[in-house]
Amino acid sequence: MSSRERVLGRVRRALADVPRDERPYEEAVPRAYLREHGRRTVEETVELLAENLAEYRAVVHRCAEGELPGVVARLLGARGSRSVLVPPGLDAGWLAASEVRQVADRAESTPEELDRVDSVVTGCALAIAETGTIVLDGSPDQGRRRITLVPDHHICVVRVPEQVVSSVPQALERLDPARPLTWISGPSATSDIELDRVEGVHGPRTLEVVLVG
Amino acid sequence: MSGTFVGMPAFPKAAHEAVGNATLRGNLRHATHTIRAKRARAVAEVPDWAELREAGKRIKDHTLRHLDRYLVQLEESVTAAGGTVHWAADADEANRIVADLVKATGEREVVKVKSMATQEIGLNEALEAEGIRAYETDLAELIVQLGKDRPSHILVPAIHRNRGEIRDIFARKMGAWGRPAPEGLTDTPAELAEAARLHLREKFLRAKVGISGANFMVAETGTLVVVESEGNGRMCLTLPETLISVVGIEKVVPTWRDLEVFLQTLPRSSTAERMNPYTSTWTGTTSEDGPREFHLVLLDNGRTDTLADEVGRQALRCIRCSACLNVCPVYERAGGHAYGSVYPGPIGAILSPQLRGTQSEIDASLPYASSLCGACYEVCPVAIDIPEVLVHLRERVAQGGEVTRDGNKVVLKPAKGHAAERAAMRAARWAFARPGALRAGQRLASRTRRLHPRSLPGPGRAWSEAREMPPVPAEPFRDWWQRTRGGTEEGK
Repeated sequence: MSSRERVLGRVRRALADVPRDERPYEEAVPRAYLREHGRRTVEETVELLAENLAEYRAVVHRCAEGELPGVVARLLGARGSRSVLVPPGLDAGWLAASEVRQVADRAESTPEELDRVDSVVTGCALAIAETGTIVLDGSPDQGRRRITLVPDHHICVVRVPEQVVSSVPQALERLDPARPLTWISGPSATSDIELDRVEGVHGPRTLEVVLVG
Repeated sequence: MSGTFVGMPAFPKAAHEAVGNATLRGNLRHATHTIRAKRARAVAEVPDWAELREAGKRIKDHTLRHLDRYLVQLEESVTAAGGTVHWAADADEANRIVADLVKATGEREVVKVKSMATQEIGLNEALEAEGIRAYETDLAELIVQLGKDRPSHILVPAIHRNRGEIRDIFARKMGAWGRPAPEGLTDTPAELAEAARLHLREKFLRAKVGISGANFMVAETGTLVVVESEGNGRMCLTLPETLISVVGIEKVVPTWRDLEVFLQTLPRSSTAERMNPYTSTWTGTTSEDGPREFHLVLLDNGRTDTLADEVGRQALRCIRCSACLNVCPVYERAGGHAYGSVYPGPIGAILSPQLRGTQSEIDASLPYASSLCGACYEVCPVAIDIPEVLVHLRERVAQGGEVTRDGNKVVLKPAKGHAAERAAMRAARWAFARPGALRAGQRLASRTRRLHPRSLPGPGRAWSEAREMPPVPAEPFRDWWQRTRGGTEEGK
């Protein structure tokens, strides 16, 4: 007997008490919880996103569409970055005002090569206001998961209000589980020393979020 | 201190030693009290916490009651997405599968995401025996591994270490494992985190094989979810060419939508955050992004035996948040090591004796490692009634009876240590059924009360060691009642 058959056989014997006509999944799980917490205007939702991002130590900037190239250039300059990783489908205009050397992510780039790049600029799939979370789904304006992980400085552009949802349930509705997803809430952190939060471990230690619109 | 739990003494003995350690108690008190207050704030932020908790409980219960169906569906979805599914009935089989998969890559080292399942099966030791070095990359796991220590908490395995101790371990041990700690390392948490970043970076960048567990597996889509804080999880899940995930069969949930419950309750319950810094989800393999090969090892190792117990199976709802440890008065004083398992605290006291059986001294003692105060049940985000299962397991230990071990029904004998308790109960039953004998006995006890010892002899000694013997009154209650007509003629 294979282990698969052995384990499944044990499961079935263990569940001998479960009636065959038990309530189906849809009836067994009550969903009396809220789809979002509180009523907010669109502007208030964006404001909440900014607040929650900042509370977990992301640096938040807001600007109009036309100001974005200038803001990105200023952030890269202030950081002293000499190179920036660029996802294949990033709007070229976003980096039009930056003098920094642009590095394209290629399939054959090694982790060591990525480690030598100072910053990365991406878009996102969506952002969640209630939790201060941005979600990346590997679309062309975000690139492969590794490019937002290895460099120490991540600039993420969120188009507001169209990319902002209120809550976790609303986010899951809009996301495609077939894509590899990365949910980011502030820069990397740890609670492993005396259960107190310290920012800055393996992921980018500086996360800057630019809310555009 | 050794790195394994084999041959652990029973809980009372281990706890007795632990409570004598003032540093340990100070560390635990500080950490658990810090997180307790924060968790309460994070939970109070969501007005629908009770509804989320109920939904989480029902999702897990429904899945467990149809586990065979959801496991088969999960297998199909993962396979369709480019992954390979393996089944392991026990720890040895899981370890063998992983070791063979690593050897097939030709690699001799792996990087690991923190995972309770791989701790439970002793994967690192098994790989070591095969000549494969496993590097733990979670900060607390790193502290435990470098210190040749044992984990003492589900979320923060090094919770028993304070910053000064962590500094000393890093300064002394990092060099033997790779990049040494920076000169003049101090004990500020930010510097310690930086030392871990530098030490592990070279390992992440050269790693070809990553090993993880998972917080959730979605049957309908084949998606796995890892919830973390530091980014070591992302490193291990995306940089290597091969990813092997070892996951307990109880981690499956039916639908993608079910995550909307747990991604709200888990971070608030574990690190007391609205959301943890990083959550990764992946479905099989993705071309040119992340590992080219993905293996999922589905682990039983006592879970189906637990499932066979209609009262005890609720322990399988656990999402390993560790909120029950942080509020437990027994855990706070005894610490995690006394529980003799990678699962300490209240959840460990009901999980370990079910996963491993109650034959060993430590496992038979764990259901008693509680005052039944119920704080654990109150904070549990999937409403596991831990006190109920504790009492149920005490009954099993004391009275024996039918249980399932390795898929077979066996009948347990009553535990030896409880013979005196049973004899006392039999004597009580005899006396309570005979009013004359009871009265004579009570009067005798009242008259001889000056001669009573302050502690019990023989098998009763353990009971009276930590308790005051109740004083016997000068007159039995029933005599007093008759004499005073129920207190209405007091003074007569």
